Amino acid sequence: MPNFLRAPTGAQITLVKIIVFALCLLPAANLALGWQHDALGANPIETITRASGEWTLRFLLITLTVTPLRRYTGLHWLLRLRRMLGLFAFAYAFGHLLTYIWLDQFFDWMAIALDILDRPFITVGFSAFVLLIPLAATSNSFAIRRLGGRRWQALHRSSYAIAVLGVVHFWWLVKADVFDPFIYALILAVLLGLRAWWRELERRRQLSTPPPAKHLKQPVIRIVPK
Amino acid sequence: MLLQSPSDIAPSEITPRTQFENRRSFLARAGFGVAAGAALWHGLGGNAHAASGLSPVASPFSTSEALTERKSVTSYNNFYEFGTDKGDPVQYAHRMSTRPWTVKVEGLVGKPRSFDIDDLLKLAPLEERIYRLRCVEGWSMVIPWVGFPLAALLKEVEPLGSAKYVEFLTHYDPEIMLRRPVLSWPYGEGLRLDEALHPLTILAVGLYGEVLPNQNGAPIRLVVPWKYGFKSAKSIVTIRLTENQPVTAWNHAASHEYGFYSNVNPEVSHPRWSQATERRIGEFRKRPTQMFNGYGEQVASLYQGMDLSKNF
Repeated sequence: MPNFLRAPTGAQITLVKIIVFALCLLPAANLALGWQHDALGANPIETITRASGEWTLRFLLITLTVTPLRRYTGLHWLLRLRRMLGLFAFAYAFGHLLTYIWLDQFFDWMAIALDILDRPFITVGFSAFVLLIPLAATSNSFAIRRLGGRRWQALHRSSYAIAVLGVVHFWWLVKADVFDPFIYALILAVLLGLRAWWRELERRRQLSTPPPAKHLKQPVIRIVPK
Repeated sequence: MLLQSPSDIAPSEITPRTQFENRRSFLARAGFGVAAGAALWHGLGGNAHAASGLSPVASPFSTSEALTERKSVTSYNNFYEFGTDKGDPVQYAHRMSTRPWTVKVEGLVGKPRSFDIDDLLKLAPLEERIYRLRCVEGWSMVIPWVGFPLAALLKEVEPLGSAKYVEFLTHYDPEIMLRRPVLSWPYGEGLRLDEALHPLTILAVGLYGEVLPNQNGAPIRLVVPWKYGFKSAKSIVTIRLTENQPVTAWNHAASHEYGFYSNVNPEVSHPRWSQATERRIGEFRKRPTQMFNGYGEQVASLYQGMDLSKNF
């Protein structure tokens, strides 16, 4: 493996970040251009709603892929991309919600409130968005210091639940063909399954390790893998 | 075909002024006044008759509302046999051959028989019926169909007194169509006999003055304008008169979501979305949905005394 891939310099990581940032903007740029040129098909609002929703799910899954990828490739610097990817998931979710409120319902707050209360798929989707807000708000170094690493990590584990809610939201909205939501569900199941498996490995490792000698008086630190 | 005087311009060919003004104006209203002159003129090229022109006669049942652009009508379709994405039918339906094509009419009729599609085209004068189409998903179009009343066909086969329902079965060929059992193929639909005989119910063989494109259900499809779009079965091969209510595809797939009647009704919500409003394709803001899709005056009497929230 080339050295810059294994241990990139600060400048190289900055460059990668810029490239990834630009790539993450592409789907949004594509929709904006399509809207301007009337190239989003017969029902442009539906196209934007669908695309922004699917990109939210994709970014959630990509964000959850960073840790396994880092673990299996040893490329630890990948972690430094995770915050940006997670924030893009939030940005697309916000765009998705805004499309619904503005373009689809045109600020018909009564209809929106009824939708959130009466339609389970919208209830679930809206809940997922609300749960994303604290994660976006605490995705900065200041918040990590303020909360402390352990509490911050616990809070951000809600991303697992958010991804599940996102897939359920998609599953419940399709009329008959659940093929697409099934693919997302499958990928999410692998990503969450890996974490359950690591947890189990860690539990077994700790059980097989003899407890430290009493005179050392050190507490046993259990590191639960994320 | 024999009785009509050939007209040079079908009513659908004239772009109504309202439509001219409405086209793409929603872009500007949304704050993106960018689709300037070039985009506005694009798509106004008229709908010249091709060799496949049908020259239908006008009908008093037609609405004068602005037509949905032909491009939208023929590229945004639900025809699940060719894929569940709205863009799939226009991409894949060309695989279906619509000649030779026969429609078998059977069941509780005095004279069961098979009709060749070319004989069906001559069965009755072809009329242009400009109808609203309301999809259960909350969007709608205004489409200039070309066709003839289903009643004209049913008269030919002489329904028996015991016939209460009409079942429609559509073409299914696993070689060219979706094999995943998204719905139970072949797609089946049904109407009560009085609904089937209603003058608004037509068999369509064309749209915009021309032969029906495959993705719209060629060569012959049902159009029942006061019901949600899925009731209007496409590419029909069998019409069967029955005593008992036939099994219909969407009702079979999810009976609590799609009833047998499936009349357009803004007061009865689909469990997963409200039916109170709809987006007319080509428009930006939603509009209120009308009871029986605006055909209440003609059809409400069919359902007198029925609880439409139970018989949805």
